[in-house]
Amino acid sequence: MYFTATSRHYVDRLFDPDPQKVLQGVIDMKNAVIGNNKQKANLIVLGAVPRLLYLLQQSSSSLELRTECAVVLGSLAMGTENNIKSLVDCHIIPALLQGLLCPDLIFIEACLRCLRTVFISPVTPVQLLYTDSTVIPHLMSLLSRSQRTQEYITQIFSHCCKTPEHQTVLFNHGAIQNIAPLLISPSYKVRMQALKCFSVLAYENTQVSMTLVNVLVDGELLSQVFVRMMQRDQPIEMQLTAAKCLTYMCRAGAIRTDDSCIVLKTLPCLVRMCSKEHLLEERVEGAETLAYLMEPDVELQRIASTTDHLVSMLADYFKYPSSVSAITDIKRLDHDLKHAHELRQAAFKLYASLGSNDEDIRKKITETENMMDRIVSGLSESSIKVRLAAVRCLHSLSRSVQQLRTSFHDHAVWKPLMKLLQNAPDEVLVMASSTLCNLLLEFSPSKEPILESGVIELLCSLTQSDSPALRVNGIWALMNMAFQADQKVKVEIVRCLGTEQLFRLLSDPDTNVLMKTLGLLRNLLSTRPHIDQIMSSHGKQIMQAVTLILEAEHSIEVKEQTLCILANIADGNTAKELIMTNDDMLQKIKYYMGHSNVKLQLAATFCISNLIWNEEDGSQERQDKLREMGFVDILHKLTQASDPNLSDRAKTAMQQYLA
Amino acid sequence: ARLASRGSGLLLTSHFTKSRVVAMSGQSSGCGFLMSVVVHGDSALNEQEKELNQRLRRLYPAVNENETPLPRSWSPKDKFSYIGLSQNNLRVHYKGHGKTPKDAASVRATHPIPAACGVYYFEVKIISKGRDGYMGIGLSAQGVNMNRLPGWDKHSYGYHGDDGHSFCSSGTGQPYGPTFTTGDVIGCCVNLINNTCFYTKNGHSLGKKLQNQRQILYMLNLLIYLDTPGEVVDANFGQHPFVYDIEDYMREWRTKIQAQIDRFPIGEREGEWQSMIQKMVASYLVHHSYCATAEAFAKSTDQAVHEELASIKNRQKIQKLVLSGRMGEAIETTQQLYPNLLERNPDLLFMLKVRQFIEMVNGTDSEVRCLGGRSPKSQDSYPGSPRPFSSPSHKASSSQSYLTGTGSDTSWFDSNCCNGVTSNKNHSSSPHSHKPCPPGSGSTLPVSDISLNGSRSQQPITSNDMDMEVDHFTNGVTESSSNGFLNGSSKHTTEPDDCDADMEVESAQSKRQLCGGSQAAIERMIHFGRELQSMSEHLRRECGKNSANKKMLKDAFSLLAYSDPWNSPVGYQLDAIQREPVCSTLNSAILETHNLPKQPPLAQAVGQAAQCLAIMARTGSGSCAFASVDDYLH
Repeated sequence: MYFTATSRHYVDRLFDPDPQKVLQGVIDMKNAVIGNNKQKANLIVLGAVPRLLYLLQQSSSSLELRTECAVVLGSLAMGTENNIKSLVDCHIIPALLQGLLCPDLIFIEACLRCLRTVFISPVTPVQLLYTDSTVIPHLMSLLSRSQRTQEYITQIFSHCCKTPEHQTVLFNHGAIQNIAPLLISPSYKVRMQALKCFSVLAYENTQVSMTLVNVLVDGELLSQVFVRMMQRDQPIEMQLTAAKCLTYMCRAGAIRTDDSCIVLKTLPCLVRMCSKEHLLEERVEGAETLAYLMEPDVELQRIASTTDHLVSMLADYFKYPSSVSAITDIKRLDHDLKHAHELRQAAFKLYASLGSNDEDIRKKITETENMMDRIVSGLSESSIKVRLAAVRCLHSLSRSVQQLRTSFHDHAVWKPLMKLLQNAPDEVLVMASSTLCNLLLEFSPSKEPILESGVIELLCSLTQSDSPALRVNGIWALMNMAFQADQKVKVEIVRCLGTEQLFRLLSDPDTNVLMKTLGLLRNLLSTRPHIDQIMSSHGKQIMQAVTLILEAEHSIEVKEQTLCILANIADGNTAKELIMTNDDMLQKIKYYMGHSNVKLQLAATFCISNLIWNEEDGSQERQDKLREMGFVDILHKLTQASDPNLSDRAKTAMQQYLA
Repeated sequence: ARLASRGSGLLLTSHFTKSRVVAMSGQSSGCGFLMSVVVHGDSALNEQEKELNQRLRRLYPAVNENETPLPRSWSPKDKFSYIGLSQNNLRVHYKGHGKTPKDAASVRATHPIPAACGVYYFEVKIISKGRDGYMGIGLSAQGVNMNRLPGWDKHSYGYHGDDGHSFCSSGTGQPYGPTFTTGDVIGCCVNLINNTCFYTKNGHSLGKKLQNQRQILYMLNLLIYLDTPGEVVDANFGQHPFVYDIEDYMREWRTKIQAQIDRFPIGEREGEWQSMIQKMVASYLVHHSYCATAEAFAKSTDQAVHEELASIKNRQKIQKLVLSGRMGEAIETTQQLYPNLLERNPDLLFMLKVRQFIEMVNGTDSEVRCLGGRSPKSQDSYPGSPRPFSSPSHKASSSQSYLTGTGSDTSWFDSNCCNGVTSNKNHSSSPHSHKPCPPGSGSTLPVSDISLNGSRSQQPITSNDMDMEVDHFTNGVTESSSNGFLNGSSKHTTEPDDCDADMEVESAQSKRQLCGGSQAAIERMIHFGRELQSMSEHLRRECGKNSANKKMLKDAFSLLAYSDPWNSPVGYQLDAIQREPVCSTLNSAILETHNLPKQPPLAQAVGQAAQCLAIMARTGSGSCAFASVDDYLH
């Protein structure tokens, strides 16, 4: 093959005994590979890389030769991903990092340029930057050498900072102090890369963010520098990245959400990024960042919802690929297709964030053209990112009572939701089951059809998940389902869940799971016939569980919930006896009536009040027994309680004795 | 570097207009808003007005307020009777019944929005929403019914507070934004570039209005309407900082427009554009006779020069003579080198001669210098090579007034003669105009500095004293068509006691002396003046009346009416900078005889661009706001 023949010639010249000829060979090779991917691949196949690395590392090589080697390697790295893989396999990274120790600036710059190209490739393992602990401090020290070193090093940092550990390493080596001055560099590229560094450093990092707010650059606060970078005459990339920095600092708690640099600068800037006039990538990033910024703050959500018609602007995100692009331009169609998923998921995320608190905004969103249809079809899209975002959006909207009653039912969103729950990764399951919880609320018209679709089994299986979030959602949904439910449903829940699983959940390490399980029990044990029926079959275990919880270390809320269950049991006809015959339990109730917490006193009093209720069989004997145990005295004392609810409850109980 | 001084030439003229306004407001009061600012008002109001003027200038630098004033308050005339105004016409309150839609009332601002704003913005603060909060702000054309809600009628657009709907020339609104109420700040932004508008609430943009607004928006005025009792609204036309960051929005549009200009397609074929630019530069160099530079440039860019090098050198020689004030030699050389030129152009010759007369008074012309007068170095030495004086605007203003005269100036002279106040207005400002002179013209500075000081301290007294005398004096000229004037002046020099008024030369007053102080030179000057007078009469007989020539002569002769011509109201003529238009006119005339353009294409392009922007402003193309020619002349 012709190519290989000439390529072979280039490689052969690298082995010439005359160093001058070797140098000329490298220079010729440099000129031959520029912009020629085929040539690059050939040279790599023919083994040029190890030889170049050898020449680069040899201290006997002239500086000129070593520099030219680094340039050629940088050129080879500019090719395909396969090239990068081959270079990394030849251990190019340690060799180049070693080269940085040389005092010559030109050589350092050539090494850095090559390293930059290698590290920004997605195929290079980021970890390689951190294996040698002396590398980062050395790179920091090289930042002062020239604009080029600044550009390449900051670019390497911004691509290789992917985990909290990376953030900490860079932070500990003075990344902030070293990079901050670069934000006012005369070179746009340096400013831009420095800014990117700060965005990756500050992301979900309180320590970095808290430090950043106090940094001064040329006497100006960093946040003000970022605000200036968001000015509308700056390049979009810079505006967007500066907005990201401020967003991350705000979310990490370093800047208040009502600070004018957030409300009047960052938020409007991000809304602008969502507009049609920007590139699809920018619109995706803008929407995602905005969603993240305002997620926890209802005021920001309200402002964003009225800014620049954001809600209807987002509807455009669903119009790709447009019918026009399909006809006119294949290239554009390809581009649109590539970004269509990203656009949709970004829009769903932003809608989810917008609607997470305010009822009016939710209404506005559901009234947007075809919104519910879009969510429904989003739930069954092939892209998992879109499915997840769609279900997040649905979840956010499902917090609205009105929407649950109307649009959710009209569009039968439960159907795709149920389908989604059948076989999905955990993160989707968490959102979907959480949404299902809301759909199972007693006023939701979707509750009936969902019940009929065999949801109980599915939810029961969720309670056995390893993920606490899934267990909570599963048991929570069951709790909602059991609220004021038919006997049939309750029996089905108990049967399907099984008492064993129920008790396992009662000792779950996650308090949320425990609380919802208690809530389920309480809902199951409501209305007298249900109480008696369930207690007759599972009374022993339930009483055991109640005893265990009351004896263990638990929060007030858990104990209160448990006492409420006891009060429900006390309301049953036959179930009462399970308490009356259990002196230990009665002593516990007595203890809680004298507890310092009013809520627990109230719940315990409720329980006693149910036990001594007049109109029921055997009430006299129960009253007598409890009087003997000293409950009357306590009740009497409680009628004097400062809490009006408690004293009322105690008075009502006392009346049972008087009647 | 050449283009740099061109830019400062523009600056000079703009300063000229500014100082004129100040002078006006000091002298008289009555017309124009700027003046009332300076003359009336307490200090707090003054401060606010100052801030307002500063902000408006910063926001709308392209607006020429003499042509299209900016809105500064609500109009007390252009409103419905139910509207009450207070606080300098910035606060609006409703005083009608507010029971039916017929009770709606609106008010418009004092002026429509000038297109040269590019982007216009104002805000209102809702002080009280009154009974029902039926309020709206918006835009309407002049003359739309003020008894209606904004947006209901044709050419009217509005955003209503009670329902947040926007109305666009129709009675049914579309959902637009949130509602607004007491305490909210609502803004309205008009973009005259893409003809859209959007509103803001508490500093947040509510988004572009969706409807098509391709109307003649530049006719629109701001509007506010109120409908129920108790409603009070304060306006901010720039008196205070805006809540919404409008300057940031304008920055974006400035960048957009400039990017559009930068990206404008320039010629399809490769190199076409470059060679055109090179031609323009070369022709500019040749025009101004920068021989060596032109030659070098032509060589390195590989193009032909369309004029013989000798011819360029000749023109350079003549220009040098004119610019150093040696007019006699300049005329002679011209006649030698271009034999028929001046004969065919009697007006040009006349202009040169008048200049020669002025230079004689100055003591710089060769004819008087050789007569033994002191050689006034400071007058004589003009910077080595000619300055690129003929920046288009400079040329337009100065050479125009020199050659043809503006209509008003001439008629004023005829009817009023030398009224002190007006002549003051016209001329006394010229020393000021020298202040920001670029370093390039440094040698003229000593002169202007002196005259500046002089005019400051003496001006009020001198001009008042002179009023009568000048009147008298020039009357003489107009009545006795022959040599009444010259008699007067000769009396003044030869027999000082005999003079009509006490016009004698106070020797101690000035270091500079008439014609360099030589008696012989003065006599030569007088003689030359007579020749000039007869030449003027001859010209009039031959070619008919020429008011420009008449004024030129009158101004020149007026120099003799003052004891210290340099510090007189007409003293500006003695300044070396006045040689520039003469030089430029002569140069153009020479070039024309060689069938070369009388103005270099570069200057013409710059002038055309400036004109184009002015026309855009008049026809409502808002993008002119962000395309100042100055921005491109670094």
